[in-house]
Amino acid sequence: MQDLAVLFKGNNFQRLMGGLGVTLELSLISVALSVVLGLAVGVLMTLKNPVIHALMRLWLETVRIVPQLVLLFLVYFGLAKTFNLQLSGEAAAVIVFTFWGAGEMGDLVRGAITSIPAHQRESAAALGLTKAQSWRYVLLPQAARRLIPQAINLATRMIKTTSLVMLIGVVEVLKVGSQIIDAARYDAPQAAVWIYAVVFFLYFFACWPISLAAGWLEKKWS
Amino acid sequence: MEKTVLEIRNLTKRFDGAGVLNDISFSVREGEVIVIVGASGCGKSTLLRCINRLEQPDGGEILLDGKPVGGGDMVAVRRQIGMVFQSYDLFPHMDVLGNLSLGPVQALKRPKAEVEAEAKAALARVGLADKLHALPRQLSGGQKQRVALVRALLMHPRMLLLDEITAALDPEMVREVLNVVLDLARDGMTMLIVTHEMRFAEAVADRVIFLDGGHIAEEGAPDQFFHHPQTERARQFLNTFEFDSIKKS
Ligand SMILES: Nc1ncnc2c1ncn2[C@@H]1O[C@H](COP(=O)(O)OP(=O)(O)OP(=O)(O)O)[C@@H](O)[C@H]1O
Ligand SMILES: [Mg+2]
Repeated sequence: MQDLAVLFKGNNFQRLMGGLGVTLELSLISVALSVVLGLAVGVLMTLKNPVIHALMRLWLETVRIVPQLVLLFLVYFGLAKTFNLQLSGEAAAVIVFTFWGAGEMGDLVRGAITSIPAHQRESAAALGLTKAQSWRYVLLPQAARRLIPQAINLATRMIKTTSLVMLIGVVEVLKVGSQIIDAARYDAPQAAVWIYAVVFFLYFFACWPISLAAGWLEKKWS
Repeated sequence: MEKTVLEIRNLTKRFDGAGVLNDISFSVREGEVIVIVGASGCGKSTLLRCINRLEQPDGGEILLDGKPVGGGDMVAVRRQIGMVFQSYDLFPHMDVLGNLSLGPVQALKRPKAEVEAEAKAALARVGLADKLHALPRQLSGGQKQRVALVRALLMHPRMLLLDEITAALDPEMVREVLNVVLDLARDGMTMLIVTHEMRFAEAVADRVIFLDGGHIAEEGAPDQFFHHPQTERARQFLNTFEFDSIKKS
């Protein structure tokens, strides 16, 4: 039990919170970029252009099949080796997570738009609404109701997956945790359990409210 | 002699080269109720959808109050022609009042308070005064279709197109919807109605048009059409609704 004291030794707790800050910052930037790009990508996907469609498919399959860690190594080490372009770990992380998130988000947007039954569009048109009015009052609100809970779930998955960036040298919450554990290896051999438990709760409290919100919206709009 | 509201001249429509409507011509006078009947797939829905350009015709002319429909501003024309479909097509994310006021407020730019007052009164007339703030999914099929009718009416259309609006309803709800349509007919609403309810057709129609193979095969007063059909095709069609001569064994 006294090994938990390691958490408050020196500035350990501040460092852990700092690590959480890095995790949340990387997540937030990546999620924000993914949402913006994903909206554009999703609308492009609904156009029935075969070239765009094939490219988007390829993109989506890539981010789904290739593990995020491989993409991170590819961008962080691969670019440095091949093009002599050394990105910071944070930049590489944002690029990879946005590449992943925008693809997935695009597919969610496409799904949300195409899931609206054709007769909703026709009813709006038959009522004498213009195209713009149909989108604004009839189609987009329905698409958003479908999209938002799914997008929130994607965001929580992205937050969790940022833990991988410690492997390309970014010091985020999990990395800080293991640094603290390493430093205390001899004084407090049981610290690992406690520190990881704290990290667990930090992730939990970062993602839980978001999950709750998604569940609540899903119920409200079902 | 009443004014002609809608005139259709030599309308044709093809899907993938196959002629679905061939040279259809007829006109609808003010206050007239025309019922269109015919076998499944004969082009009844396509005909209605060509009138407000949900489908693009391949030939012919459609005139609303003497002015050609199409080419220019379809939105303006659709505001004058109300349409109700078979599938429940209320907007699921809005309550009944939202569904009713969207068209008049957004498309016609009428003041919201005035529209809402009118919506309430209209809803009460179809027996749904208490459903003002209900969501579509909280309504029965018959209630949804009555709301859909009121939604179309609040645009103050020149005429209504009704495409099998009771086809997806349980039998006990068919009546409540058809009563609303009958009331509209008595009030002088001009309507083009597609239906499989032959008894209702006979009751509400001023004229019946029988479509077959994309042509108007027969056209006449309901009395004559339903009791003394002139063509063999019409006789066969009407026979499909009879079970009197059929016995189980
Ligand atoms: N969008 C479309 N593309 C291709 N063919 C179509 C399309 N819409 C309708 N058709 C075809 O046109 C014909 C007429 O269809 P329509 O829906 O007008 O028939 P209907 O008389 O309304 O039939 P029902 O009584 O079953 O509603 C059918 O053969 C149908 O398969
Ligand atoms: Mg039909």
